[in-house]
Amino acid sequence: MLKIENLHVYYGGIHAVKGVSLSIPKGHIVTLIGANGAGKSSTVRTVAGLERGKGSILYKDKNILGRPTEEIVRNGIALSPEGRRILPHLSVEENLRLGAYIRNDKAGIAEDLEWVFSLFPRLKERAWQAGGTLSGGEQQMLAVGRAMMSRPELLMLDEPSLGLAPLLVKEIFSIITKIRSLGTTILLIEQNAFAALSIANYAYILETGSVVLEGSGQELLHNPQVKAAYLG
Amino acid sequence: MSLEMFTQHLFNALALGALYGLIAIGYTMVYGILRLINFAHGDIFMLGAYLVFFTTIAFMPAWVAALLLGLTLLAFYSTFVGFGKKPPMWFWIPMAFSICMTGFYAFVAPMDFTPPWVLAAAFAIVVTSAIGITVDRVAYRPLRNAPRISALISAIGVSFFIESAAVVVFSGLPRPVRQPDILVQPIIFSLESITGNAESLVRVTPLAIIVPIISVVLILGLLWVIYRTKPGLAMRAISKDIETTRLMGVSVNKVIALTFGLGSALAAAAGIMWSLRYPQIFPYMGMMPGLKAFIAAVFGGIGSVQGAMIGGLMLGFMEIFIVAFFPELSGYRDAFAFILLIIILLWKPTGLMGEKLKEKI
Repeated sequence: MLKIENLHVYYGGIHAVKGVSLSIPKGHIVTLIGANGAGKSSTVRTVAGLERGKGSILYKDKNILGRPTEEIVRNGIALSPEGRRILPHLSVEENLRLGAYIRNDKAGIAEDLEWVFSLFPRLKERAWQAGGTLSGGEQQMLAVGRAMMSRPELLMLDEPSLGLAPLLVKEIFSIITKIRSLGTTILLIEQNAFAALSIANYAYILETGSVVLEGSGQELLHNPQVKAAYLG
Repeated sequence: MSLEMFTQHLFNALALGALYGLIAIGYTMVYGILRLINFAHGDIFMLGAYLVFFTTIAFMPAWVAALLLGLTLLAFYSTFVGFGKKPPMWFWIPMAFSICMTGFYAFVAPMDFTPPWVLAAAFAIVVTSAIGITVDRVAYRPLRNAPRISALISAIGVSFFIESAAVVVFSGLPRPVRQPDILVQPIIFSLESITGNAESLVRVTPLAIIVPIISVVLILGLLWVIYRTKPGLAMRAISKDIETTRLMGVSVNKVIALTFGLGSALAAAAGIMWSLRYPQIFPYMGMMPGLKAFIAAVFGGIGSVQGAMIGGLMLGFMEIFIVAFFPELSGYRDAFAFILLIIILLWKPTGLMGEKLKEKI
């Protein structure tokens, strides 16, 4: 569904992504693992049109590199950004409705709103509360729910477990597998290698801007190198 | 001070304050979204007044009006639709209006036709809002990623450009505005029931009553757009986090253009009402009201629409009542606003309703 070929991203003089290639088949969870500064976020941000890059990003066999973000979102790619980026002054429901901005089907939006609320009952209790007053875990749920409101075909999640308690991480990851089972393709960025590899169909390991290792989730989970470097 | 005098001043203050508030909203909306002080806003206000003047009093040839409407149409279309895409439903409302007006001026209106006053006002508001959108497109949008000071300097440049162009096109001479009779024929009502004195009469022009009413209606309409519509939701989102809003598929530039359009429309409405209350227009008429409205916006808490309205009203009341109670200070009338600005900046820089700067992470 998404094929990144030889992608380079620069920030001024810094070469953040150095020729990354990866492919994400439809209906899979593909995870991108690596330490801080490995170029994971730069890669997804470029896919979402927030950064400029060189190379090619083929989505449904069309190059989307350099297209404006709104067009990419309209084509069915959603990114739940790093740090959750909830709009603190908007209510939970408004945050979700903003996620559905590109859609005009009122009934469908209402339906999906209910669906997100059923997925995250805690959000329903807080529907009218300002997003900024939620706890970290609730904000993460809201960020995932908001990204799903555009009914994406490809959902990119940038570190959904960041700063969450282990129990919440488990909950988020079970939701992610649930979203896959509904037919959404997922690109998951993680530092929490164990959790990510456990649910991923395929994984890439990034180090200082290049892919150093790739393989199926289970394979990498048992790879001694990965164990030493990421699983502890 | 006698009660009748007080009532008289009350009406004046209300009208002046409402006008300041209307202009202040344009500053505050643009600042809320772009963190940019749109110095050209006062000149947009002036253009609104001139457009009505030229359509009603000094006769504007039909082809000029048609041309302006055509350009307005083009500005709206290229901004909100783009060429080759299906326009959204709401877009057809101003479009239909423009098309009808163009046709009317070009084919139906006789050569010496002077449009009814209300029609001229609507025309001026639509054209002015297109000018506001154009200013954003030409002077601010290319600088979106530049340091903020660049856009600010560009704003000052636009302001000088509009003022100077107005001197060239309209001439620098002040022009008298003819006030429609029904708006200035004073209504006299008696306060006898309160004071017990048959002599206590208050004379109020319908204008002094209509101005605050129209202002309130316009502001309620604006609040409806901001809090109840999708573009409004996007506006509120952009004011906090442009990048995340973009990730939701919002065409940020369109929403910003809409903000400029709405702000300019309110400024035009204020300019028209201002030229009726103080019936003289000249190319620099926007400077002082613009500056004062900016102070009102800072006073109310820049970035807050409600704050701008409250700030405007309070500034209006302050100006009128200080002069009313201390007539010997009337020469310093304009200074009060600036003293207020200094006090606000020293004591509460975020203004009355400004947001606090702390945020939960």
